[in-house]
Amino acid sequence: MSRIGVFVCHCGSNIAKTVRVDDVAEFARDLPDVVMAESYKFMCSTPGQELIQEKIKECNLDRVIVAACSPLMHEKTFRKVLENAGLNQYLLTIVNIREQCSWVIEDMDKATAKAKALVNGAVHRARLLDSLASRFVDVNSEVMIVGGGIAGIQAALELASTGKKVYLVERSPTIGGHMAQFDKTFPTLDCSACILTPKMDAVLQNPNIELMTSCEVTEVKGFVGNFDVTVKQKARYVDHDKCNGCLTCVEKCPAGKGLSEFDEGLGSRKAIYIPFPQSVPQKPVIDRETCIYFKKGKCRLCEKVCEQDAIDFEQEDTYHDVKVGAIIVATGYSLMDTKPLVQYGYGKYPGVYHSLEVERLFNSTGPTEGKVVMRNGEEPGSIAILHCIGSRDINYHEYCSRVCCMYALKFAHLFKEKTSADVYQLYIDMRCFGKGYEEFYNRVLAENVKFVRGKAARVTDVTGSPEEEGKLIVEVEDTLSSQFMRLPVDMVVLAPAMEPRADAVDVARIFNIGVDKDRFFREKHPKLDPLSTTTDGVFLAGTCQGPKDIPDTVAQAIGAAAEALTIVGKKQLELEAATVYVDPYVCCGCQNCVRVCTYSAPSFDIEKKVSVINEVLCKGCGLCAASCPTGAIIARHFTNDQFIGEMEGLMEF
Amino acid sequence: MEFEPKILGIACNWCTYTGADLAGTTRIQYPHNVRVARVMCSSRINPAFIFRAFQLGADGVLVGGCEPGDCHYSTGNYYARRRLAITRKILEFAGLEPERFRVEWISASDGIKFAEVVKEFTEEIRALGPQTKFKVKKDIET
Repeated sequence: MSRIGVFVCHCGSNIAKTVRVDDVAEFARDLPDVVMAESYKFMCSTPGQELIQEKIKECNLDRVIVAACSPLMHEKTFRKVLENAGLNQYLLTIVNIREQCSWVIEDMDKATAKAKALVNGAVHRARLLDSLASRFVDVNSEVMIVGGGIAGIQAALELASTGKKVYLVERSPTIGGHMAQFDKTFPTLDCSACILTPKMDAVLQNPNIELMTSCEVTEVKGFVGNFDVTVKQKARYVDHDKCNGCLTCVEKCPAGKGLSEFDEGLGSRKAIYIPFPQSVPQKPVIDRETCIYFKKGKCRLCEKVCEQDAIDFEQEDTYHDVKVGAIIVATGYSLMDTKPLVQYGYGKYPGVYHSLEVERLFNSTGPTEGKVVMRNGEEPGSIAILHCIGSRDINYHEYCSRVCCMYALKFAHLFKEKTSADVYQLYIDMRCFGKGYEEFYNRVLAENVKFVRGKAARVTDVTGSPEEEGKLIVEVEDTLSSQFMRLPVDMVVLAPAMEPRADAVDVARIFNIGVDKDRFFREKHPKLDPLSTTTDGVFLAGTCQGPKDIPDTVAQAIGAAAEALTIVGKKQLELEAATVYVDPYVCCGCQNCVRVCTYSAPSFDIEKKVSVINEVLCKGCGLCAASCPTGAIIARHFTNDQFIGEMEGLMEF
Repeated sequence: MEFEPKILGIACNWCTYTGADLAGTTRIQYPHNVRVARVMCSSRINPAFIFRAFQLGADGVLVGGCEPGDCHYSTGNYYARRRLAITRKILEFAGLEPERFRVEWISASDGIKFAEVVKEFTEEIRALGPQTKFKVKKDIET
């Protein structure tokens, strides 16, 4: 006979709105072995936790059931409550009546009935639970950061400054990310490169940071504290150990027609190249697509001029195993491709630009050396900046991309500074929410920039009057005066949505983390755990989690570094005690378990002719238990009896 | 009264259970008929559990594991896949409609799929009607 206490949480109204929590508690009171059942507003709060501790002592409980949110949310919290009350933590059972009940069922009767069935399952299981001894594992003190944009760079520097070894993995040949492409940053108009490149250099110089460019993570195995990551080093065709970064090869390379990714295709680069002059590392890579040797089988001029003998056309992709204790995912965003939005004419009219192209036009290291000249070589006399292209649009992305209003203001300011053009802002709402942002808005308002409240409907070159001749016409309704307008301009700048990377879902699968409905990586809790993921030890930083500006990204990166430290700062972590063991009197010595286990936890004792489990290696999946023909392997916390008991309860009503 | 199927869900901790939670956090509505029990890995599922679930009166059993290649324990779901494929054949051999037993691979990021599978499966079971073949009558159960 066990003495079970059942605690039903209202979760404010999250549960109580659709589940009659007091009915559930009353129902629980009549179940076998249940000695008390109560509901409370917030079971995870201090009074809620105290209530459980008091009841454990008062009613002499030896099993506790908490019907609340998902065990993935608060199982650890409530386990601690049991320990504090002197009860073994594995005598706790969580019933998920929020994520898998109140939040997915609108009908109150049905939700309450399901909650009761779930509680009944837990009662049947709890009666059969055993106390388990805690076990600990050593923690690998190193951290992997995936993505070398400002988020990854910042997190890497923070962690390295605490003395932790960091692997910074970057897909492209240089770190720096999108921020390296920007010219000025709002609202302070700091030069982006001036604040970023010192950090990039600091990464390179820091002995605690191992920089892995042209690398991608292909597989993550293991657990919090001990991840086993496979990193693919893509072939660069240049041996970076030998290369001294003289860049003679780049100078001599005859294949100069490759479009520069860094300049958004507005400029060109060689086939052997560094993405931009301040690239880190300052060592080139060869692009197979544009290299004459790879295309036609001869040239190899770079090889001839390289005094270091660093060019290696035979180089192949290699794979490296890296062991770390924690991982920060900071893979960034992509700018939405605006070509499918044919009404705006991007790709059709040369006078239509997207925002990253404009950043490169402003930049003194860009294709025009900072002069605002269009593809036709002329300086624009009038410019329209179109906000919310693909953002705040239910046809594309419902969300707001959060940075466009501000960079549109920055563009307007810089256009006014560098040209004598008329500048129009076509906006839905001006969202200038950050520190100093409203002030910047007011400043630009005073700079004779014209604001039209309305979302642009179309960009066309079909003219209707002589003054529209040779111009691009932007059609828009000014919603403040309810007037339809045709704005003839020379240059149109689109502010497209910030999107998740095209392969975000695949990357999420590699790290076993979730994505939200927009495919951004999902944080564990939007307010209380915004940097964690559902996989312990994997954290998020930057725009891979959602659109955000540089200050928010940097703050989040520092936070993620602190989160990673909470893992790798410890010598040991507590592990789930739910491992398996062999009953030697039942084991028939077939060695099925030895064959199926990935972790080599079971081995065969030749003398006794039975299997034995090395519990240090056991991860508790239970595969061997289900593979054992005689039932000699018992999976702690998930025994046959416990599981069948739970099913009995779940199916009873 | 209309027949309301009782469906047992068995979900692995890392993918399908997390995916089911995600359906909740994004408030995707799905039928109340499924009641989920959690295992650490789909490979823990002993075929005997499935038979027992039907004996206990489940009208349908839905197993969810990580997508092939994504198992948290590397290869557990491959073992589960074979084992549960045979389980289904045995159920059919024993006279049960095999449609009452379904195995799905649902990732932690796929709350939508979880909800859709539950919707579809619940309707299938509703169409099949109550499961009586394996169900042990309460009065003769010891």
